[in-house]
This record gives sequence, structure tokens and C-alpha cells, in this order.
Amino acid sequence: MLACDSANKLSFNRFISNGDLVIVYERHDNMKPVTVSENSVLQNRFGVFKHSDWIGKPFGSKVFSNKGGFVYLLAPTPELWTLVLSHRTQILYIADISFVIMYLEIVPGCLVMESGTGSGSLTTSLARAVAPTGHVYTFDFHEQRAASAREDFERTGLSSLISVNVRDIQDEGFSDEFAGLADAVFLDLPQPWLAIPSAAKMLKQDGTLCSFSPCIEQVQRSCETLQTSFTDIRTFEVLLRTYEIREERMEGISGEGNVANGSLPCKRRQRSDGSNMLSSSSSVSTVMARPNGEARGHTGYLTFARLKCLS
Amino acid sequence: MSSNIESTNPNLNSRLTSEGCSVLLDINDGDRLVFARLAAAAKLKIGNKSCSLQPLIGCSYGSLFQVETGPDGSLLARVTPAVQGNITEEKRDNQLNVESRDNRTLIDNNKAQSLTGEDIQAMKSQGARGDEIIEALIANSATFEKKTSFSQEKYRLRKQKKYAPKVLLRRPVARSICEAYFRKYPAKIRFLRMDTLSLLLSMANVSCHSDILVVDMVGGLLTGSVAERLGGTGFVCNSYLGTAPYSMDIVRIFNFSDEICKRIVRSPISDLLIQKESPEQIIHHDDVCNMESLTNNQVSTSVRVDEISDPSGSEISEQGAENVENINIPAIRVSKSTKAGERAQQETINLWKENGFSSLIIAAPDLDTWTLVRDLLPLLSNSAPFAIYHQYLQPLATCMHNLQVGKMAIGLQITEPWLREYQVLPSRTHPCMQMSAFGGYILSGTKICSS
Repeated sequence: MLACDSANKLSFNRFISNGDLVIVYERHDNMKPVTVSENSVLQNRFGVFKHSDWIGKPFGSKVFSNKGGFVYLLAPTPELWTLVLSHRTQILYIADISFVIMYLEIVPGCLVMESGTGSGSLTTSLARAVAPTGHVYTFDFHEQRAASAREDFERTGLSSLISVNVRDIQDEGFSDEFAGLADAVFLDLPQPWLAIPSAAKMLKQDGTLCSFSPCIEQVQRSCETLQTSFTDIRTFEVLLRTYEIREERMEGISGEGNVANGSLPCKRRQRSDGSNMLSSSSSVSTVMARPNGEARGHTGYLTFARLKCLS
Repeated sequence: MSSNIESTNPNLNSRLTSEGCSVLLDINDGDRLVFARLAAAAKLKIGNKSCSLQPLIGCSYGSLFQVETGPDGSLLARVTPAVQGNITEEKRDNQLNVESRDNRTLIDNNKAQSLTGEDIQAMKSQGARGDEIIEALIANSATFEKKTSFSQEKYRLRKQKKYAPKVLLRRPVARSICEAYFRKYPAKIRFLRMDTLSLLLSMANVSCHSDILVVDMVGGLLTGSVAERLGGTGFVCNSYLGTAPYSMDIVRIFNFSDEICKRIVRSPISDLLIQKESPEQIIHHDDVCNMESLTNNQVSTSVRVDEISDPSGSEISEQGAENVENINIPAIRVSKSTKAGERAQQETINLWKENGFSSLIIAAPDLDTWTLVRDLLPLLSNSAPFAIYHQYLQPLATCMHNLQVGKMAIGLQITEPWLREYQVLPSRTHPCMQMSAFGGYILSGTKICSS
């Protein structure tokens, strides 16, 4: 997924080869991760796609099925991965992920600790941010989930940047071997306040912490616990509103009776089936945008803090 | 000389300040934000006092300082925050109990404080510390005891800001720089909010070893943020229409190492669009480049090294005094920043033409979005993502429509981020009273092979 070695870099001269992970794009809300394997086929409502037809094509190609249906083959990115990964838990989405990475000041070379791993949605973006020289240590108390996450990171080619460990951070805290080494800690736990003292121990001076909690009561308790050794404690909520656009032809009045302002005629549309008055109408095409009617109304509260600087 | 440059080049992840490094000073919890370069001779004016920045050199970012009166005038003294103990435990218990006091007995007749201005002046001249003056003000306030504990705290904070101002030493990174500009000087970064900026970086998959094409009309904030994520690998190509590059002053506020600065290059869009060039054309371009350096001293690559030995820190305090509520960017050029924004070499441009850019980010509200995207998109590798920022919806809607019709990209989406901060306090948690109602729009998508 990352261009850590330059052979992997996206390029006009980089072609899909056997063993590559591709994101098969049907529509923006219908994508699927597929590992290319010479003798395999992909079957969906558009027909049967032979992987062998894909090999040697550039990423971003449109490929056809036996029935003439088509999909696009995209190079995987953490954003696309977040949309296609298998949900073993509730996951973080792009708005929260982006904000967390920027606010935690994660840059190449950073050592980042995360608990829990969950489905690895954030972990993938953390790995991108610390690459090529940093590392992400991620912890989950669920053995099977940790194993699945490890498999995913193997598949996305990130396993050299991420260590997945099985550990109950709320109960045991982080391991002391990382004390004072972490640039940033991210917590997504049901009772984050239990892990905060240990997180403080892991952080470098002025290191950053983020706790993601869906409920305000969790935030309340976390913030109280943070007071002890953290400063700059701030809580945010970040959401996205998406827009749909469409081009519409709308009738307007032309000729001497025209309204001077060109953008007004759209109001007259309903009257198009009638009177002589509109016989001289002309049709104008406009691209319009409006917010989508439904959106995610809440994901979680993001509480950030900075380790107090004592020396 | 080279060792001198080394020593003024803290690496990006350094958590200690050093002489010549850039810092963000947060004065009284964000009342004033000042970008400064640390130098022994640099001074910062706070209120009517002028303090040397010398004590800040060699400290951890995150250190807190307080203005105190010393034998030679005001100075910034390091304050170590108390690890929370019993006092605050008690306070917290009080906060949890239902407050019985209220404002029924408060009368606004300006007679509550019995200490006069002269009294305070006298205390000061006898060398009283800020904290002592605050305690005296509280002791002489007839109404302090009757206030609720919340308003007592507010009172204390207000007096602290006046009599014992605090200076917090902050690391200038994409987040802190963006937030500081957004709060104090938003027009300069075209109202690009930090959550919007963070989305641009994600949506364009900015990652190590990538070659990112940017059109940055937000003062260099975008270019700097991309370079920070590249960490000295790949390239950020800051491109511009015509012959005059856009300002990228903000890049100099980041403490970039030489390694990172080298990865920030500029190129006119026209150079990226034309086919591979003959040698004569290359020479011609070098000429143009030199002329630009002379005419645009903000990004000049011709800054001489001897300017390092002349820490012009005094400029900071002057600016600070004149313009208290603004971000004061010292017009100091230190050699380490001079490498950022060199003209892209022809070999590099040729490589981009051969391989394509890894992604594209545009924050150029003054340029026509659609024609810009139409011309720049073919420069991207296939399957490369892109993200375009705009304060207005219509240019993005038009651009998205045209991309759809031309089958140039998929996964197209216009999004608008929404960010709300909360006050979290025992029994008093609610969204902050003031918020930014608008963070701009982003059009994102993925380029596909043209059929």
C-alpha cells in the first residue's frame, strides 16, 4: 500500500502483477479488496472477471467481464482500505482518522501506541504517517481479532511498520519497555480512564494523547483523570457533510419579457406545460449542489491532551 | 561554517529548542500567539514589559514561563506546573457539590476593590511578584468571597493574565501553525481550518516517498504540511501559474531540516505541462529562475550565510509591541530555511513526466478550478487520488460534473467538514459557546486511465 520501497510506487510504469492487492471499484459505495491471483476469477452482478486479464494493466484501468460489464481496479490506499475492510468492530472513519493524525502531530519516525486495534482502520493510517522509519505498536485483548488484524497488515504490506500485541491495556496498562518512548498514544477503550496513567508513563515529555469515546460520560471521567499529568485537554467532535450534484435543464423565459437576472428562471419550471406566455422559453442547463439528506450524526468525541512538561 | 548551520538545524522531531529555531509562543492561554526565532538577543514585549527570549533556549517544548520582575527588569522565569495534589482534590469535591452561592448580592458600583492603582504601583516598585499582587487584590476585594467558585476562578485568571502573564513554549507543527493562523489571521490561509487541512492530506494519500503536486495559495501552509508528512522523502512540488511563485512564508515557520527543505521544490505549471525539453530551454529557465530569486526576496535562494550571525531578534519584539493581537512573523531569514522552494531541476521534472505524480492537492481559490484540474490531472499517475479545497461550492460542483462527464475520475465526492469543541468540566459540560461555522469544501476523487 505504501511506497516504502520505490518499486511499489504508483507510476505510469507500474502495472498490476500477480499477488498485488487491488481495490475493485463498482461504485463509490461498492468496492472490494481482491488479491490478484493468475488463475482466479471475480464474480459479481456484472459477470465473471478473469484475474489474468488484469495482469499487466495499469492501476486505474477499467476492466470488462465476460458479459461486457466493467469495474475499475484501484491501487489500495488507507482511505480505500477503510471503506472495504471487514468490520470486526466499530471502526474509525476518515474525518476522525485525519484529525487524530494531525492533532497527535504524527510524522515520519514517530513511535505511536494504540489500544485497541479493533479492525485496524486507524492503525493503517497511523502506519502511513510514521513510515518509513517510525513504528506503530497496537494492542487488543482479543486474540482472534489481533490475529485477523495481523493478517490484514500482511495483506496491505504494512506488517513491517506495525506490531500487533495481545494485551488488556485497561487491566494491565502498556508494557514498561516502552516507558518514555512514545510520541503519541491513542486510546479507543470502553473505560479509557483506567489506561490513562499508563499512557502517561509511555509518553515522551510534551507527547500527545487522544482518547476516542462515543459517550460524553466516558469523556467526563477521562478528562478528570487527565488533569493529573496532562495539560491542553481539549475535546472535539468532527463530522462530514457530503454533497450531491446534478445537472438539470430548466426552462426560462427568453425574449423581451425576460427577467434580467439569469439565475432566476428556475422557479418557473412547474408552469412549463401551459400558457402561451412561455412559448418563447429557452432551456438553461445548470450544475447544482445540495447536501445529502442523510449523514452520520455522531461517531465519537475526540479528547486530546499533552503530557505536562516537568523538567 | 557548516557546523554552525548544523547546530541551528534541529531535526523535525526534536523536543528541545535550540538557538535559531522557530517557536510558537502562546501568551496567556491563546490571547496572543507569536511565532518567533530563538536568539540570545531576541526580545518579546508582553504588556509594557520587554523580556529576553534567552531563557527559552534549550528548553523542552511545552515548558511554561511567567513574567517576573528581576533585578535587571522583567524576565521570563520557568514555572513548573504542580503535579496535582490535595488542594485540587478539595477543589474538585467542592465543584461536585451543588453550588449554594450566586450573584444575588453583587452590585456593580465599582467599589468592591479597595486597593487603588497607586497601591499596586507601590507594591510593584517594592518588587512584589505578580502572584503577590493577585493575592493582595483578592484579599482587598469585598465581593470575592461571595462569588461562586467558578467566578472566583475566572477572577483569579483575569488578574493573573494582567499581573503575571504566562508564556507557553510550543512546537510549530502543521497543526499548531494552522490553528494559530486560523484564529488570528485566517485570511492569509484562506480560512483553511485544521480539520480541513488534515482531510486534504489524508484524501491525497500523502505518504513517504510520494511525489505530491500542490497548488498552494494559502501562504505555504499546505506545502509545509505535506513536506512534514513526507519527512525528507519524495517531493512536494509547489506549482504556480505564470512566472511569479505564490508566497510560501509559512514554510519557514516549521523547523525543517535540510533534508526536508530539499524536498520542497517549485515549478511553474507551464514547465510541467510541456513535453521534455531540449538543453537550450533548460538554460533559458535557469535565467528566469535567478531573476525570480531577485525579485521575490521572501523566497530568495540567494540569502547569504552571514545573516545567521546577525540574529535580528529585535524585530520580533517591535512587531509584537505594535500589533498585539496579530501573529508576528519575524522577517528573519536563516540559512536553513533558504533551501526550501528551490526551482525543481529538469531531471526531476522529467522523472515526474515519466512516472506521474502520486497525488494532487489544490488550495487555490483565485484560479479557475475546472481548467486547473483539467490541465493538471493528466500529470498524475493512474489511480492517483486528488483533493481540492475551496471556500465556495459552485466551482467544485462544476469541476466534479465535468470530471464525471469526461470520465476522468471516479470516487468523486464533495465534503464539508464540521468541527465542534466542547467544554468538559464537572457538571458543566457543553459545546463551546463559539465555534467556526464553516471550514470550506473539499472535492476528492481518484484519477482513472483515459480510455
